[in-house]
Amino acid sequence: MKRNAIGTSAGRIARAICLLALTLPVLAFASDRVPKPVIDIARPGKCVEDTETMRRDHPDMLLHQRYLTVHEGIRTRKFSLKVCVQCHASKKTGSVLGKNGFCQSCHDYASVKIDCFSCHEPKPKPTSGGNP
Amino acid sequence: MSADANGGISRRGFLAISAATLGGVMLAPGIRLIEIASARAPDQPVSNKVRWGLLIDTNKCTPGCDDCVKACATENGLKSTGHPRTDAQWIRKVELKDMRTGHTNSVPVMCQHCEHPPCVDVCPTGASFKRADGIVLVDRHICIGCRYCMMACPYKARSIVFQNITGQNPDVPRGNGCAEACTLCVHRVDRDQQPACVEACTKAGHNAMTFGDLNDPHSEIAQRVAKYASTQIRADLELNTGVRYQGL
Repeated sequence: MKRNAIGTSAGRIARAICLLALTLPVLAFASDRVPKPVIDIARPGKCVEDTETMRRDHPDMLLHQRYLTVHEGIRTRKFSLKVCVQCHASKKTGSVLGKNGFCQSCHDYASVKIDCFSCHEPKPKPTSGGNP
Repeated sequence: MSADANGGISRRGFLAISAATLGGVMLAPGIRLIEIASARAPDQPVSNKVRWGLLIDTNKCTPGCDDCVKACATENGLKSTGHPRTDAQWIRKVELKDMRTGHTNSVPVMCQHCEHPPCVDVCPTGASFKRADGIVLVDRHICIGCRYCMMACPYKARSIVFQNITGQNPDVPRGNGCAEACTLCVHRVDRDQQPACVEACTKAGHNAMTFGDLNDPHSEIAQRVAKYASTQIRADLELNTGVRYQGL
């Protein structure tokens, strides 16, 4: 009898812990306690692909396009990094980098280093006529 | 277009169209007023049917003039870092003097865009490459900054970037730790413009530089190299450079 009572109370505690563990993330999201990256799109509109695809595949798109552009001279607008910057540069700083910059805020959040802008210019050219 | 009462083209209208058509097609054999669009579509890869070349008329190149060098620096965002000996140099003016006669030549020297480029032969990563249309480039994504190409180039055309760079021209990405050289303004060539040096030289009225397709018999450069004697620097190396000099 005694052993059984202990077993029941231990089971109850375990169940409570499990329930808490399951509900905690939901509670946390509900109360916005988890920090999220700032996604500030200066010129909102339609991107070249839908948001989910862009989030997942933008590195592959850029990798593919960079080969085509550098080696084969194909300068189409669709996956051009220069055109990305033209839309996504912040209105305030004029750049995709910086604390709340479109590229940097997500990459900081995910702890992924961006190499692009050690060579590429993170600000659009004021007079560029949109040539990729 | 003017039309007569019968709905046909009037004599005057017909003449106007004929003149415009003739002017657009050909002024004299091989010389066109408006170059017929044979340009590549933006989504088409470059082809080896084209061989871009540059002809420099040394008789028209003035000693002391550095319009081409300045235009190159502006176009490609080459700024001084305060260390002139190691600054990137894509084009430079070289003064030559014949010691016997005292005759001097002043010529711009840049990457000669060889058909058989030594920089490509030695590159351990494949970063140094020749595009199908003959432009020799560095793929900075692959370059590890080993500088073998700088050693291999007989024209001292390649430079290495030592410092972090900001404020690049968005068309010309360049950065620390990569080798680089004249690209024949590949970003301009791809949109049917001339290299910045050629444009500046022509604009200033020197007309010492001609850029074009060496493979196209109708192009100005092909006709000039066929008509006048031109030389390649270090022709003995048999690299078949795309940059040629007239009057050297």
